[in-house]
Amino acid sequence: MASFRTPLGRALGAGSAKRGVGHFIGQRVSAVALLLLAGWAVWSVLVLARGDYGTAVIWLRSPINAALVALLAIAAFYHMQIGMRVVIEDYFEARGTRAPLLIANLFLCWAGAALTIICLLKVAFGDAGAV
Amino acid sequence: MAEATPTSRERPLSPHVQIWRWHVTMAASILHRVTGVALYGGALILAGWALALALGPNAYGGYMSILGSFPGKVVLFALTVSVLFHLANGVRHLFWDAGKGFEPRTADATAVIAIVFGVAGAMALWLVAAALGAL
Repeated sequence: MASFRTPLGRALGAGSAKRGVGHFIGQRVSAVALLLLAGWAVWSVLVLARGDYGTAVIWLRSPINAALVALLAIAAFYHMQIGMRVVIEDYFEARGTRAPLLIANLFLCWAGAALTIICLLKVAFGDAGAV
Repeated sequence: MAEATPTSRERPLSPHVQIWRWHVTMAASILHRVTGVALYGGALILAGWALALALGPNAYGGYMSILGSFPGKVVLFALTVSVLFHLANGVRHLFWDAGKGFEPRTADATAVIAIVFGVAGAMALWLVAAALGAL
């Protein structure tokens, strides 16, 4: 049955959702992190594109590169998870498709971040004989 | 119209996307979303690169030769444009969040700058890569 109360009337006095702006702020903060990492990332891609497997291993053995690439993966997968969430929420209204897509997006981003970081750390901490 | 009940009455609609005249700000907004989705794929390519690296020299060589093939290069160039445009347009968004840059002339100019930065920047980077022997 239709309510005669306006949306504003229903919302007034209910208080804020407290954490409603969490994603909004997280999206901006991760954007700033990615902005700071961009210059190093472009330079690294040029170094890696020029070299072979050995180049990549040596590059990753540098603690600075290993730390920055881990931070890049965290910031990027976090940022894109929120971004894709907004896209899904914009185009898929039915709960039957929206919820599975949101969960798939969340799982894919966590899986991508975990896979990237663990693979890179494995090489970064591997013994020199593996080269 | 008079018989229409409150529940079935047609609500006013905002103009449909086909009615809008194309603005550069609108193009930049759409491109921001499109490049963001493209970079989602780019991040998965990065994850694949990390996996290939962890699997050893053979897997890494195979992965890099796929990325270095002609279709691979086309994808990577598109991703370079996407990174640079999304970055520049993201800076526009950060200024908007601070309440600045909303004047139509400013918004138009920064949209053009972001698009030019994405395309010209990618071409410049690929020229640098070619000069360094990274292609």
